[in-house]
Amino acid sequence: MTVMRALVVAVALLAVALPAHAQISDGVIKIGVMNDQSGTYADLAGPGSVVAAKMAIEDFGAAKKNMKVEVLVADHQNKPDVGSSIARQWFDADHVDVIVDVPTSSVVLAVNQVAREKNKALIVSTGATSDLTGPQCSPNAIHWTYDTWSLANGTGSAVVKTGGDTWFFLTADYKFGHDLERDTEAVVVKNGGKVVGKVRHPFPTSDFSSFLLQAQASKAKVIGLANAGADTTNAIKQGAEFGIVKGGQQFAGLLVFLTDVHALGLEKAQGLLLTESFYWDLNDKTRAFSTRFAERHHQAKPTMAQAGVYSSVLHYLKAVEALKSDDGPKVIAKMKELPTDDPVFGKGMVRADGRKIHPMYLFEVKKPSESKGAWDYYKVRATIPAEQAFRPIDQGNCPLVKK
Amino acid sequence: MTIFGVPTQALFGQLLIGLINGAFYAMLSLGLSVIFGLLNIINFAHGAQYMLGAFVAYFALSWAGLGYWPSLLIAPIVVGAFGMVIERTMLKRLYQLDHLYGLLLTFGVALVVQGVFRNEFGSSGLPYAAPPQLTGGYNLGFMFLPTYRGWVVVVSLVVCLGTWYVIERTKLGSYLRAATENPALVQAFGINVPRMITLTYGFGVALAGLAGVLAAPIYQVNPLMGADLIIVVFAVVVIGGLGSIMGSIITGFGLGVIEGFTKVFYPEASNTVIFVIMAVVLLVRPSGLFGRTA
Amino acid sequence: MTGPIDRIETVPSRNARRGGVGGEASSPPTSIGKAARISVPPHQLAAFAVMVVVLIVAPFLVYPVFLMKALCFALFACAFNLLIGYVGLLSFGHAAFLGSAGYASAYTAKVWGLPPELAIVFGTAVACALGVIIGALTIRSRGIYFANITLAFAQMIFFFSVQAKFTGGEDGIQAVPRGTMLGVFDLRQNYTIYFVVLAIFLLGFLVIYRTIHSPFGQVLKAIRENEPRATSLGFQPEHYKLIAFVISATLSGTAGATKAIVFQLASLTDVHWTMSGEVVLMTLLGGMGTVFGPVVGAFLMISLEHYLAQLGSWLTIVQGGIFIVCVLTFRRGVVGELGRLLRKPL
Repeated sequence: MTVMRALVVAVALLAVALPAHAQISDGVIKIGVMNDQSGTYADLAGPGSVVAAKMAIEDFGAAKKNMKVEVLVADHQNKPDVGSSIARQWFDADHVDVIVDVPTSSVVLAVNQVAREKNKALIVSTGATSDLTGPQCSPNAIHWTYDTWSLANGTGSAVVKTGGDTWFFLTADYKFGHDLERDTEAVVVKNGGKVVGKVRHPFPTSDFSSFLLQAQASKAKVIGLANAGADTTNAIKQGAEFGIVKGGQQFAGLLVFLTDVHALGLEKAQGLLLTESFYWDLNDKTRAFSTRFAERHHQAKPTMAQAGVYSSVLHYLKAVEALKSDDGPKVIAKMKELPTDDPVFGKGMVRADGRKIHPMYLFEVKKPSESKGAWDYYKVRATIPAEQAFRPIDQGNCPLVKK
Repeated sequence: MTIFGVPTQALFGQLLIGLINGAFYAMLSLGLSVIFGLLNIINFAHGAQYMLGAFVAYFALSWAGLGYWPSLLIAPIVVGAFGMVIERTMLKRLYQLDHLYGLLLTFGVALVVQGVFRNEFGSSGLPYAAPPQLTGGYNLGFMFLPTYRGWVVVVSLVVCLGTWYVIERTKLGSYLRAATENPALVQAFGINVPRMITLTYGFGVALAGLAGVLAAPIYQVNPLMGADLIIVVFAVVVIGGLGSIMGSIITGFGLGVIEGFTKVFYPEASNTVIFVIMAVVLLVRPSGLFGRTA
Repeated sequence: MTGPIDRIETVPSRNARRGGVGGEASSPPTSIGKAARISVPPHQLAAFAVMVVVLIVAPFLVYPVFLMKALCFALFACAFNLLIGYVGLLSFGHAAFLGSAGYASAYTAKVWGLPPELAIVFGTAVACALGVIIGALTIRSRGIYFANITLAFAQMIFFFSVQAKFTGGEDGIQAVPRGTMLGVFDLRQNYTIYFVVLAIFLLGFLVIYRTIHSPFGQVLKAIRENEPRATSLGFQPEHYKLIAFVISATLSGTAGATKAIVFQLASLTDVHWTMSGEVVLMTLLGGMGTVFGPVVGAFLMISLEHYLAQLGSWLTIVQGGIFIVCVLTFRRGVVGELGRLLRKPL
């Protein structure tokens, strides 16, 4: 026993002696993929985003061009303090040049601060907050893939236009949920719809029966889910139990990913309306990309988040190549200068406020009978052209935009 | 007709929902209460064991094709056995120490179990369907009651009252209660006390496993389903009074109802109301509502 | 004699002969009545010197921000240890003090523009006030009830933190300025702020040390060993326990307030109940009731978190494993075992 105890002490003391130490690197482009590797958002981004980043580096042909590119990965556990710690460490000690992905809006904002302070680059592909191109916009950051405004706009206006003009909101009681509810309510009202009720549930919640009952009692045509992840899937699952859809109401998911629908199954998710900027089955190019991705990622097709990582890393490398430097704000400026083109989003561009522009799509989840197999879940209900999909540049209160 | 601005029909619906949730709280706190009341062990692993019950049901379906009904029996047995292994190998050594060490040990067990499952299965949750005999529901006028939820209340009531009866009113139960008061004396009468303790712990854990199976069709089967639930269940047991079985049953159902009402009038606070109640109760009655003093 | 493991207050134990949690205060017993001059044992002085030297040299070898995180948690753990190791009360809600002080300090630094030293003092004061209120309400409870009621209050504070506008919800209070301390030290330099944090840690550490090694500490020890007898000698245990609780809360607040300035962020993580669980683990691993144990435990846990951060849930699994191993075979913790090997309490 004493031997074992001595051993434990020795190992413990050794562990103290080996914490973080500075690594010097030069001549290498270091890309840090920071996301949730094992929690609620692990499936929609997680290790898949790392796969996407590596695919982008290969497709860019870094090896042939004699550019050394390294990928680092970290799990921020959806906590802003962990994210900002990792960002600090990466920028200070590990000489990371750019951080990509970053789901969870609170972490985005924290990392944004650090990137600004350390004069490095940040390209957010999964986090949603439209504040990143609004009051918090920075010359060091670009917001890829989607944001809360474009989701609210897409789902909100498109749903109202197809007849869903009375809404009841089921909102997660935290800032992200409130923002999503606020943005969507504005769009609904602007398009002539009416919000007949709302309820705020604690974040996170596992039992929605009480709130669904209130939604049912409101008799609204559309129940807007201003939440994400497990909250959304639980609400939908239990909604099926309480016969919400059978009773004639429709769910509108304000932030839903392909992997959420996969976890729910079509039986429960059918009829759900949602907005995304990418779907693997949109056209030949997306199909080709997705098949290659699936081969490297347990046969799972990419979500828009993972596709966004691919697209953003590709464009970043192009900008670095053109500039011959990996200086943070300079590369960001170059990325805004060069038009974007990739098999994922097609042609697009990055605005002065850091917003990447491309079309968004309103999807409806297929019925089980309409689906030909795994991952064949969506049908396109509407396409929102790029110019209309995102908040107009002058409405964001971004200090970088000259009035 | 409205009460505080909410139509009575809606209120009855919330009341019923509250009872259904209360059924889960009651069953889980029953297991905890049995374990603490009879064994003086604070089983922080209860939430993880509840999760294990749900996963066993999931595995039974996906690996062996066994549906819900067999799982109702298999899951508690498997989880109970796992609990007995923990008791035999680890908890046994802590009986002569302060029982807060038991809390720390079971807390560690919970972390390990949840971590292992999270590593394997992520935390998105796996689907598990209710058996066809229990799908659908009844339109009660003031709300639509899914059959499955009604079933949960029935099972929970039966199990809770059955356990209470066995422990408080039968000979076996009296042996158990005697053994915890004075193990040496009871052992002297020829009853194998250590084995009884192990079986009792296994039974309490099996109750958690059963709750897990019942929960699987309602919530997603996910590795963290017990993590935040455990502190709520603890609060229920403490409010009811540690060691009082009827106390935790009543408090469990009561809490479900109170939470239900909170969800109508101040929904954001529904996760926290239990703690407010616990603080108030402990200040007024330090041993809980039905707890035994000294 | 049960050696370094003593009894702690519990709900009426069924079996009167239970050993308990906690350790022995390390100075030799002196009679309580005398105005005792309690000298610092030489081996503890040596250990302290070693600690200070290591911490002064460390930032030049190891990333200073990492070290500062460890120092803040070390102070938190030391403060927590005062309560569990020397009074014998397991609080499951200490995160409330860490986090609230963090929010107060962050808010005053960012919105009111207070210089960092005042922000930290303000945060500490908030934690102290909370400690007085919660302590007064909970100090009569013991054992599992005490753990639960402290948890209940911590959950209420968590709920308040989520709801209140000024805390920023899940975003937290971000972009907190580091500022200039006392008008002279620019805290944006990693080395400067490191030594400031080290100074704060050492100050807190010495306050705790002095609390333990004093007549007050002796009374605490008496209460822990035999409360009825201490009462019969004329002491009022509730008062002593409350004061210890408030000191513990206050210094936890100092740790939290400092942490908010260093990381320029105050978030919900610091008021969540799992943070309360982490500090228990740190203290247990390092050695409950030892002087240096919590420091070692904090450094070990922070290093572990750093190492295992990439491996997803492995951190949780390892933490759980450490709990289990420590409770079963390693109850004295690293420093406790070290102390036993050297036959001198550390």
